This record gives sequence, C-alpha cells and structure tokens, in this order.
Amino acid sequence: MSTASPSPAAPYRIPSSLALAARQFPRHRLALVGFVCLLAICLAAALAPWVAPYDPVQIKLGSKLKPPSWEHWLGTDHFGRDVFSRLIWGGRTSLSVGALVVAFAFTIGVPLGLASGYFGGRVDNLLMRLVDAFLTFPPLLLAVALVGLLGPDIQNVMLAIGLVQAPILARVVRGSTLAVREDVYVTAARALGARPTRIVLSHILRNVMSPIVVQLTVVFAAAVIAEASLSFLGFGTQPPQPSWGRDMSEARRFLADAPWMFMAPTGIIMLCVLSINFLGDGLRDALDPRAWRTRRRLADGEG
Amino acid sequence: MPLLSVRNLTTRFATDRGVVRAVSGVSFDLEEGEVLGLVGESGSGKSVTALSIMRLVPEPPGRVTADAIEFDGLDLMRLSEAEAREIRGARMAMVFQDPMRSLNPVLTIGRQTTEVLRRHQKLDGKAARRRAIELLEMVGIPMAERRLGAYPHQFSGGMRQRVMIAMALSCNPRLLIADEATTALDVTIQAQIIDLVKRLQRDRGTAVIWISHDLGVVAGLCDRVNVMYAGTVVESGPIRRLFHRPGHGYTVGLMGSTPRVDGAAAHRLTPIEGLPPNLIDPITLCPFLPRCRVAVAACHERPPAPRQFAAGHWAACFADLVR
Ligand SMILES: Nc1ncnc2c1ncn2[C@@H]1O[C@H](COP(=O)(O)OP(=O)(O)O)[C@@H](O)[C@H]1O
Ligand SMILES: [Mg+2]
Repeated sequence: MSTASPSPAAPYRIPSSLALAARQFPRHRLALVGFVCLLAICLAAALAPWVAPYDPVQIKLGSKLKPPSWEHWLGTDHFGRDVFSRLIWGGRTSLSVGALVVAFAFTIGVPLGLASGYFGGRVDNLLMRLVDAFLTFPPLLLAVALVGLLGPDIQNVMLAIGLVQAPILARVVRGSTLAVREDVYVTAARALGARPTRIVLSHILRNVMSPIVVQLTVVFAAAVIAEASLSFLGFGTQPPQPSWGRDMSEARRFLADAPWMFMAPTGIIMLCVLSINFLGDGLRDALDPRAWRTRRRLADGEG
Repeated sequence: MPLLSVRNLTTRFATDRGVVRAVSGVSFDLEEGEVLGLVGESGSGKSVTALSIMRLVPEPPGRVTADAIEFDGLDLMRLSEAEAREIRGARMAMVFQDPMRSLNPVLTIGRQTTEVLRRHQKLDGKAARRRAIELLEMVGIPMAERRLGAYPHQFSGGMRQRVMIAMALSCNPRLLIADEATTALDVTIQAQIIDLVKRLQRDRGTAVIWISHDLGVVAGLCDRVNVMYAGTVVESGPIRRLFHRPGHGYTVGLMGSTPRVDGAAAHRLTPIEGLPPNLIDPITLCPFLPRCRVAVAACHERPPAPRQFAAGHWAACFADLVR
C-alpha cells in the first residue's frame, strides 16, 4: 500500500520547490550541455586578459587576412588582428548587452505583463495601447531613434534595446496570465481568501514561467544581434573595440577572401543562442513538476 | 436568526448577445449547521448563486444585486473586496467541481494547504505545517506528513478532492459550499467523499450548501433542498417531503431522471424532454412551461406564485400535485 516505507526516526522535511527543481535540472542532458557551454563562454570573456593570446586591437598589417593556423587559431582580420582574441574580448560587450537587456526586459516586462493580465481594466487598456504603439515601429528603427535621442554609448544602446524588448515580453506575459487567471485553482485560491499579490506571485507567476523563459532566450538573441546592428550603424561599440556583432558585420566585406572572419563571430552567437535555448528548455521542464519523473501516485482507497 | 439569509439575489452577465439573467430573485435561509441541497439541471444558476454569495462573480461582466445577503451577522453585499477576502476561507469556504484543476499543478500540497492557515490564522511555518498534517489526516490522507512534498499530479481525483476539503475546512468556517464536489468522481469515490463531508459536518456543526445536478446525491446528505430552474428556486422543502410529495412539475421531471437511492423498486429513468430556456429572453410565464407534463390552464395566463403546502415546503406551480 505504501509508496515509500516511512523511516520512523528522521522527521520528514518538505523539500522546497526550488530544491526539487534544482534536482531535476541536471537530468536534462541538453540543458546541461547548454549550461556548460555558456559558462565556458562567460568565463573566457571574464578572464579575457589571461585567456586571449593576443591584444585584440593591435594592428599588424604584415599578417592581415591570414587563415586559421596554429599561431592564429581562427585566423586574422583585415588589420592583422587575431580573430580568436577579438572573439574573447568581444564576448564582454555582447554578453553583457545580452544579460543586461534580459535583466531589464524581465524586471520591466514581467511585472507589467502580470499586472496587466491579472487586473485587466483600465490599466491593462492603457498599457497595451502603449505596447501596441511601440510595436508598430520596426524594433531596430526604434532603437536607433532612442540611441539618437540618448546619445551613442553602450549603456544607451542597452537601454534602447531593453526598452524595445520589454513591451514584447510584457505582452507575452499578459497573454499567458490571461489564460492562467481563468484556471480553476485561481478561483479556488480566491475562494480561500488569498490576496491578489499572493495569487499573482505564487500561483500565476510560477505557471507562466515557461513562456517567460522561452521569450527571454529570444530577447537575448535579439539583443546580441541588435547590438551588432547598432554598432554597425556606428552607435554602439566604436572601432577598434571588439564586439561579436560589429566584427560579424565588418567581416561581410571579406566574405570571399577571409570567410573565417565571418564564421567565427556568427558561430559564437549561434552557439550562445542555442545554449540558451537548451538551458531555457531545461529550466522550463525543471519548473514543471508534471514533467518530472516521480513516484507512483496516491490512489483512492489507500490508507 | 439564520446563519445565511439571501433575499432577492439577482445576478446578470453582460455578453455579446445580450444580458444573461443567470440568477433571478433567489431567496432562502440557511440555519446554523443545516445541510441545504441546491439541485437543478446544468445551467440553472446553481454555481452562480454560490459564487454570488462568496462574492466571487467577476464584475464586469457580472453584476450581482440583492435586497440583502446576511451571513453570520454581516451584510455581504456591503463588504468591500478586501473585507470579503477576510471572510472567504475563514468563515465561509467553497469546494469546486473539478479536483483535477482546483489545485495549482506547480505548487506542493504542503505549500497550498499551509497557505490558508498562514493567511487567516497567522500561523508560522512550523505550526501551519503541523496543522496541515492534522487536517490531511482528518480527511483520510495516509502518511500525510510525507504527502506535503508531493505535487497534485501525484494524487488521484478523490485524494485531491480530500485535500480541497481539508483546505476549505482548515479555518473552521461556519459555511461550506460544495459545488458539484463529487460529480467528476466515480461512484464509489463519490460515496466516500459524501460520507466524509457528512461526518465532518456533524462533528463540527458546519452548515453546508451542497450543489448537485443529481437529486440522488443530495438525498443522502441534505436536510432541505432548493430546486432551481432557469435561475430561480421553483420548489423548496425538506428532502423527505420533496421525494414523496413533489410540488413542482420540474421536480417531478427531475425525479424521473434520477436513479432512486432509497432502495425502492426499480425506477424508470426518463430524462426531461426539451431544453431549458434561453436566459437572455425575458421570462414572463413559468419558465418550465414549454417542457411541463402537468401544466394546467392558469400556467398559460400568468406566472405562478409560490404556494405553501406545509411548514417549509412550497413550490411555484399551478398544478395540484400535492394533496
Ligand atoms: N461569466 C459568465 N458570463 C456569462 N454567462 C455566464 C457566466 N457564468 C455563468 N453564466 C451563465 O449563467 C447560467 C447559469 O450558470 P451556472 O450557475 O454555472 O449553472 P449551473 O451551475 O446550475 O450548471 C448559464 O446559462 C451560464 O451560461
Ligand atoms: Mg455549476
């Protein structure tokens, strides 16, 4: 009859949801791979002065456009700079833009979306009108306009991209909240006197985490690419500072002669996005107890 | 003074196709510790009546009006939403139809059962846990302590409904509303849950409004029954009397479509023909008239007023069914 034999001595503690989720996460192979990749990339960027074999901005015209070799693992660019070193240093820019934009979009977009979706009414109307108005502009154009307004430095680039991404996230969160709000357990919680903040934070937020995580991986990718575009237009990272997006854009001119120049930053951006996607998948499953492999369920008539 | 007194409760919903009168002028009293059944076909306004009393009707699109809803010395219609929240879960509680969906799938049973206790009784984590274990044991969940870490999907429907009942009763409410609480369960589990509610109700003196579309389920549990049709109470009376001397054509029809539970000889099951009226159109005559098999001439002339047959037994019907 019993699913687990009770051990009389040890008192049983409720494991926290977070602890349970953390236990689930490593079971997700791809997520683990994604996590390790991302960690390696972040570490390399953080430790760039020690990891990068060359100075990323030092021009050596004598050795320009060299294909990959033992000396230069990923070749050199049109100024003779080591592509691998630029990749490592460029990660500092691109990853921090990605991370900060994700954090910004999350802190602004999630509360807005939750409030809008749960409370509805006039707040919702106003917010969604605003978001709609925002979204009628092409995102890049909007970011360019914002940077133009704020001044072309990297902080403002992040802010601009964040401001473009936050409303998109808010809308995703709002949509999911609208659906979850109608679930019976929300009414059941209300019938027990739960306050709105409690309902939103403990009942709804947990149930809209999956779409949030998925959207945040999209936001990260969009941020890295937007930074590239803005840099290319001369707003973000100024040459000769390395950034994945900038280097990728610049490399297009040498696509025929030096494809490695283009493939290196493109490859690393793809790797990051893919890793984050896997990570997101794993996170999503880890947050959903129904996806866990668990013990047999407690049936009627037991006990 | 009754525990709950509802006067002229009317709940409308604004929809694209017009105003739906889900509940029209419902009045009844519920005594302390009494078990009242609310029966009627699907769509007759039982759930909306319950939600209106709980102040859980979404407004808009809903609109609840009443001359008065008095409960435990309070005028519920005058409470603010914040005041209503203090009452819900503490002095009145509700259990819903679908146990598969009324627990949050991503939160542990422990988290959900302790939430109410922390909220209303201001218990700290440890005390709430201890109390939650007692409550789960009370509703017959084996090894309750170990179940606190489990998630709803690890429980069967019957077990989940037990959890819901434990949560509803955790702050000793004076009124429990069970809305089709056993409808989604199979027959043996249904009987177990009904026994459980009966026992808890007796032990604690909780008043219960038991909602069901099935007169048979109501029969085993209730003292008195309100029969609802098209948003109105068409007949009300003690359960025994209602079974033996139904006073309304609709009640007769309902009994024809209900298996007998009192062990009487096999009974023909004949569902009532036709469909309930559209609640958007105004209803002037008896709402059941188009489907009624006992209608008389007066039914086609004016709406029936409630007629009293005995103490506490009345029906809004012209046909002389009770002699
Ligand atoms: N939120 C709502 N919006 C519009 N109509 C509703 C809403 N809730 C209930 N109704 C209508 O009210 C009527 C009564 O519903 P309900 O009380 O759920 O019936 P019962 O519980 O007796 O099956 C139905 O016709 C239903 O369509
Ligand atoms: Mg119902």
